Parts: sequence; C-alpha cells; structure tokens
Amino acid sequence: MDIKREDLLQLYYYLKLTRRLEERVTSLYHQGRILGGAWTSNGTEAISVGYGYALEKNDIAAPYFRDMGVFLIRGISAKRIMAQYFGKKTGVTGGKEGNVHIGDLNFGVFGFPSHLADNYPVGTGAALAFKIRGEKRVIAACTGDGGTSRGDFHEGMNFASVRKLPIVFICNNNKYAYSTPLKLQMAIKDVAERALAYGMPSKIVDGNNAVEVYKAAKEAYDIARNGGGPTFIECKTMRMHGHSEHDSAKYVPRELLEEWKKRDPVLHMEKYFMENNVAGKEELDGIDSRVKKEIEEAEAFAEESPYPNPEDGLKGLYATPIEKEQRI
Amino acid sequence: MKEITYLDAIKEAMDEEMARDTSVFILGEDVGVYGGAFRVTEGLSDKYGEWRVLDTPLSESGFTGAAIGAALVGMRPIVEMQFADFISCAFDQLVNVAAKNHYRWGGATPIVVRAPYGGNIHGGAFHSQCIEGFFFNIPGLKIVAPSTAYDAKGLLKASIRDNDPVIYCEHKYLYRRIKDTVPEEDYVVPIGKARIALEGTDVSVITYGAMVHTALEASQLLKQKGISCEIIDLRTILPLDKKAIFNTVKKTNKVVVLHEQTKTGGVGAEVSALINEYCFDYLDGPVIRVAAPDTPVPYSAQMEEAFIPQGKDVVSAIEKLMRY
Repeated sequence: MDIKREDLLQLYYYLKLTRRLEERVTSLYHQGRILGGAWTSNGTEAISVGYGYALEKNDIAAPYFRDMGVFLIRGISAKRIMAQYFGKKTGVTGGKEGNVHIGDLNFGVFGFPSHLADNYPVGTGAALAFKIRGEKRVIAACTGDGGTSRGDFHEGMNFASVRKLPIVFICNNNKYAYSTPLKLQMAIKDVAERALAYGMPSKIVDGNNAVEVYKAAKEAYDIARNGGGPTFIECKTMRMHGHSEHDSAKYVPRELLEEWKKRDPVLHMEKYFMENNVAGKEELDGIDSRVKKEIEEAEAFAEESPYPNPEDGLKGLYATPIEKEQRI
Repeated sequence: MKEITYLDAIKEAMDEEMARDTSVFILGEDVGVYGGAFRVTEGLSDKYGEWRVLDTPLSESGFTGAAIGAALVGMRPIVEMQFADFISCAFDQLVNVAAKNHYRWGGATPIVVRAPYGGNIHGGAFHSQCIEGFFFNIPGLKIVAPSTAYDAKGLLKASIRDNDPVIYCEHKYLYRRIKDTVPEEDYVVPIGKARIALEGTDVSVITYGAMVHTALEASQLLKQKGISCEIIDLRTILPLDKKAIFNTVKKTNKVVVLHEQTKTGGVGAEVSALINEYCFDYLDGPVIRVAAPDTPVPYSAQMEEAFIPQGKDVVSAIEKLMRY
C-alpha cells in the first residue's frame, strides 16, 4: 500500500501533537494545575494516530483511554481537550467529565467508559446500524490488553463476527494492565489468538510504527467497508509511564523500558523520514514548532476559560427531559 | 376501539412503530423466526426481515451494548430480554454506558429494553424477579411498568420515541390474562405520568404493574366494608410522578404502597420517604408498604403465593391503617 507524503507528514504532526499535549498534561498534573489524574498514551501514541488517521470522515471511533491521537485527528481541538483537563466549561464535556473521557458525536467519537472493552459491543452496534442501513461506513473500537479479559470483549467480537459487521477491533497491547503483566492476564502468547475463537481474521503489528498501524487499519477498514466483516488488530507496544501519572510503575523491569525507549514511535518515524527522504530536520522542526504553539495556545485558552456553574451539574441528564412540574 | 391482550398491545406498538420509522428494530435472543420465548415478536421477522428482528448470540451485555451503539448513530433499537432476570448480565452497559452517555458527553441513547418480569408463573428465582429496583437508583434511566393493554401500547410507543434509555417492565403474568380496549388510531401514554386507576376517598394504594390488579381486587373487598380506596397506577417508576403521589396523599391522608418487588430499598421505600418529606402534615398514619419479603422468589406454588402480595394482604394493611 502506497502512502502519500502529505499523509506521512500528517501522521508525524499528530504523533507530535499527541506526544506534546500529553507531556504538557503530565507537567500540569505534577504542578497540581489540572483536576484528577493523568492517563497518557506515552510511548504508544502511534496506535491511536495510525488507526485514527486511517478512518474516513463519516466513520466512527469508539476509543479507549490511551487514544488521544484519535480525538485530535477526528477534529476535537487541543483547546477543548486542554480545557477538559482543567474541568472548564469550554472543555469537550463542559466539565461534566474529565481528562480522557471525551466523546463528541459531531466528530464521530463515542465516549469512553472506564469499564474497559465496553466500547467493543457498543462499536459493534454502530456497525450493525451501518449494515442495516446499507451505509459504507466503518467503526474502529479500541481497548487495552487487560480489557481483552473482560466478557464484553468476547461478546462484542463474537456478535460482530457472526453478523460480519463493518467494525475493526484494535488492541493496544502495552504489556501491563495497571500493574498486572500480560502473563497473569492470559495464558496465550499473542492477544490476537483470541480472534481465532470468533472466526475472525487478525493481524499483529508493531504498535510503535504509526505507518504500519495506519496501513493495517486502512486495509481492515476497506475489507469491513466492502462487506468482508471485522478484523482484530493487535498493536504490540510498551507503556512507558505508569498506569497513570500517580503510578511510578516500579513493577516494570527497567531493562524492558530501556529496550523500548530505543523503539520510541516518534524517533522511529523521524528515522524513517530521514532514510526514505520524506522530510529533513528543518521541515520536522517546523512541524514541531507548530505543535508547540498549538499547545501553548490550548493551555492559555484552558486557563482563561470560565469554570462551569455548580447548577450546570443538574442539567443534561436526559435527552428528552421530563416536564418541570414533575420535579421537586 | 378494539379489545386486545396486554401481549398484543406490546406487539402492536412495535409493529406500528417499525412501520412508521425504519430506524426502529428489535434484537435479542430467539426474537426472529421463533418469535421470542413469549411469542411477543411472532410474525415480525416475516414482515420486517431478519435484519430488523435480529436473533443475537446468548449475550445480554453484548446485544445491549450493541443497541447502545446503534442508538448513538441514529437507530431506535428495542432490546428484548428473554426474561427480565437476565438483565443483570447487561447491568454495566445499562448503568455505565446507556444511563450516563447523555449526561457525560451528550450522546443521546434512545434504546428500549423490554423486560418480561414478575412472578406467579412458578418460574423460580431466575425467571420471576422484579428488576426495577436494580435500576431505580440510576439517574439517566427511565423505567416504566404498564398494568393495562392500553398503557402497554401507549407507553411502549412513547418509550420508542423517547431519546433516552427506557427499561420497559412488562409483567409476563399479564400477557394473556388481561384485555382492554385501545383506540384504532395512533396514541402514546406519556412517560412520567401516573394515572388514577380507581377514584376513592378513604385510603390510597400507590402501586404499578400486575399489583394494580391486586389492589383492584382488594378494593372490591374493602368496598363491602364501606372503605373507599383510591388506586394510583404509577405507570412510570423512574422518574416518579411526584405530583400525582402528593395529590392522592392530600386527598385521602392514608397511604399504602404496594409492589411485587422485595421490600427493602424498593420503590415503596422511596415513595414513603417522599411522602414523609413533603406531605407529613397531611398524614393520618404511617405509610405502610405491602411488598414481597426479602428473599429470592421461591418455586413451589405455596411459597410463591405467600411471597407475592395478595389482595388479602392489602386488605389487612388497609384495615390496620384505617384505625388511625
């Protein structure tokens, strides 16, 4: 599969934007300037960037919590995302939700429930709707390696495969579910083996290679879009921080981190660009400057934005509200 | 006007809504060719095809989650739980995804979960439960429980057209046992509105579902003793029609809350608390709950009959209350 230079540069831009945004969030967390915790995709950004960028405009993403790249690629601005971390009214959810609990149907993004793999059946349902209506749309649903132990993973995969629905299941296999290593999570070597049980084709890709993830996802979307049913894509990677920033991840062997540091997805892409004459240092620096500026502006926007009013918390429970007279 | 059963009312509501709106579809176990364990969807697969009356794997969380996803992209799915009891397998999808989508991030989730519930069918602990209590404490859900064919049809139509997740509790004991008249033309029964099932002056029985019929039976016995009962059929359990509850309290000053659900932490506890909080000055005596004891539903007929509130239980509760 050929990939255009402009697409490669966009992948790089989103990779950098994701990296720098989450690095900034991490700093803000340690400074006590954002609310709650900070879960990042550090070291695994190529996955959300790759599968997110391969989606088309009318497609849908049902992400999990290390999928910042998807939010950005779908068009949810860094400003609104940063405001979300600050708990501001201008955040994606107006302060109702925090951090990575982002969803916005205007951009084709389903909200992320913390109960991992819940978005597998939910995504399956969107795919079912596309199939019933005869639309050539697909959905990508993502979870982590830990999430694949849950029943909803199984139920979503099974239903989607039985009905050959246009969905692609992505797994961010970053080796640890919070502190629990893969070997205590499953008795198989590759998560992709799980797909066999559902009669679903699967693919294992280097989750630190945005281009490889993009290509695999695009290929799977094409199959799904044309009635070929779902594919499971296992993206092998390494979570380079703790589960969230409060977690020092002492349980992870240092040598494992050292090994994966060399395979950093940003460095990987820069090396690829140099070796294949895609772009030189100057051009990449230019992209990075643009990214830095965007994040500075996002932070300023978030800082300056108003907080929601306490009474805003009482609004929006129902899409069809019950008449006022019923309330006390 | 025509007379139809409670079951036919449910089927007609689905049929008419599916004909009216192509985004409406049904999914669940054995709902297609077989027509559902209770035959509520019988014939709909022939009429609308296998993709709109969809047999799913035995997988409540999976197909409830799928309904949520379909709803998020513009469909109006009706999920059939084969027995309401199995809804526990879909608890997470309903409580954490469906109920919170709109509040958390603006994702309207118009799904209806049809839950054939309740006892009196010798089904034992896993085929007889009342499940409304599981979800009563979950903001974002709506729960309805019709007691007549008229309400069964009108409330189901309203639930399908509603933009929020609605748990539709259909009492399986009533399916073929009750009949009443429904209009030929389209109508809805609005969610959130109770009805006065029987006007009276001395004591109020606040109830819903099959227990409305138990309350009516009790009211006949009490009438012979000169006691006039008012029966409030809540119809919607979440959110409660507080105005209707308070109006009847202010009228009769004596209240019994009746339900088939077990007693502790049930709907009756909340109704009682509301009355205590907002209508204390109007009360002549305590609000009395008549409800199932706090055990699983027993199988044997003798034990099940003792478990499910009977007309005589309502009569003795009211007689006790009338002494105040």
